[in-house]
Amino acid sequence: MTLLQYFKRYFKRCITGPWSLMCGLSVSLKYFFSPKRIVTEQYPENRKTLKMHERFRGRLQMIEDEEGNNHCTACGMCERACPNASINVLPTKNIADKKVLGRYVYHFASCTQCGLCVEACPFGAIRMAPEFEVATTDPNTLEMILNKKEGQG
Amino acid sequence: MFVPSITNPIGDFVRDIVPRLAEYLPASIQSDTLNSIVAFLVNALICVIAVCAVNIGSAPILIYMERKVCAHVQCRLGPMRLGWHGTIQTIADVLKMLFKEVYAPSGADKLMFYLAPLIVLIAPFIVCALIPFGRNLVVADVSMGIPLIIAVNGFGVLGILLGGWSSNNKYSLLGALRSGAQMISYEISFAMILLFVVMISGSTNLMSITMGQEGTILDWWIFKIPVLGFIAFILFFISSTAEMNRAPFDIAEAEQELTGGYHTEYNGTPFAMFYLAEYIALVTNSALAVTCFLGGFLPPCIGIAAVDNYLNMVPGVIWFFAKVYFMIWCYMMVRWTFVRPRVDQLMDFEWKFLLPVNLVLLVAGAAYIVVFN
Repeated sequence: MTLLQYFKRYFKRCITGPWSLMCGLSVSLKYFFSPKRIVTEQYPENRKTLKMHERFRGRLQMIEDEEGNNHCTACGMCERACPNASINVLPTKNIADKKVLGRYVYHFASCTQCGLCVEACPFGAIRMAPEFEVATTDPNTLEMILNKKEGQG
Repeated sequence: MFVPSITNPIGDFVRDIVPRLAEYLPASIQSDTLNSIVAFLVNALICVIAVCAVNIGSAPILIYMERKVCAHVQCRLGPMRLGWHGTIQTIADVLKMLFKEVYAPSGADKLMFYLAPLIVLIAPFIVCALIPFGRNLVVADVSMGIPLIIAVNGFGVLGILLGGWSSNNKYSLLGALRSGAQMISYEISFAMILLFVVMISGSTNLMSITMGQEGTILDWWIFKIPVLGFIAFILFFISSTAEMNRAPFDIAEAEQELTGGYHTEYNGTPFAMFYLAEYIALVTNSALAVTCFLGGFLPPCIGIAAVDNYLNMVPGVIWFFAKVYFMIWCYMMVRWTFVRPRVDQLMDFEWKFLLPVNLVLLVAGAAYIVVFN
């Protein structure tokens, strides 16, 4: 590198350096003067009004209509997709001797809320609920049966 | 018999009133020497209390402010729980810090280890004593103010080096060495900028530097010398940031890689003192910037008589602290925006950019004075 090139680069940096710093400063000034951008939630105080984000993954839930019917066909895709065996789909036979869902057993204690079961479900029968206050003092409540009714098939 | 006295306006008042009060005493114990000793002691007490109040009082405010500014830059809220918007959070933190057990690592040089935080505190306290906070509010109105500030600032390096060396920890020592190198290099441009101010104002006394900026806002040194003043202000801002060891020049602390640098082994009260020194240095450096460039305690008059009358009604102390806190806010915005340079980039920046620009600035300032005066 010749001396000329060196000085050219040196003076170029004297201009571009402060300019990029000012660009950064303008961003942080914008954030500083717009309190609406703050994302922190004051959690216990705003418990009544707190809305969880759409994509938040809480515990597993079965999508049911008003009468408690679900879309599950007991195919067991979710059970196979689950990386730590938190789901047991126990099928049963209905009057027409067809395989339907008997009990959908969900072990919340071992669930990592990865959401693979929801992705695997071909009928859209389950989802991750937005609840996040799931702490409990009784470990027995972590074993839950998600469906209220037997599957309709 | 020589009796020391501090030259300041409050001292004049004390020296005036003490002999008059002494007349009520029995004649046998009245003497001029006793009067001047009492006047000196009373004056010294007032000054010490004033400096401590300004310095130690502003530290919790600054820590709270730093946390809030940092939080809002990063789209957070900062401390919110304790008191209204977390106002008492700092006091709780300070109390926690003070009640912690103080211990030194085994193999540490105990004397040096506990001396270092005290030495670090010396520089900001002395600088604070020299700064005029108002027309009659200055602790020591010495004629060699700026050289004294430049000289006293060296104590900061000494404290940091001692702290790092006496900790008996290689990371502390590395941090201390790096920060020693940094502070010594940036002290040069810090001193150069102050010399530029001395050159254009024609005085080393901080009071007369301030009074030289009387008039409208355009008479402040930052605007009075057309472009040079602003460049000098920016350079002062950069070199004082490095001098204070604040990010983006926090090589000394280096939270990211050196686990705290020179104060790795400190905890409890000594650590709180390092922290305090950092924030007092923030106040004194901002105060210095305000005194040298932003008109000190003078109101920002704009030349319209009706507005200026209202501005002049506000006491100088309020203007001074308003400007100081604006400067501190600028330092904080810079801290939470800019990325940190590496050690070699830092040294490059000082020796290859700041120092040449400072020298050019000094020459240009001299040329300006010769041409326009």
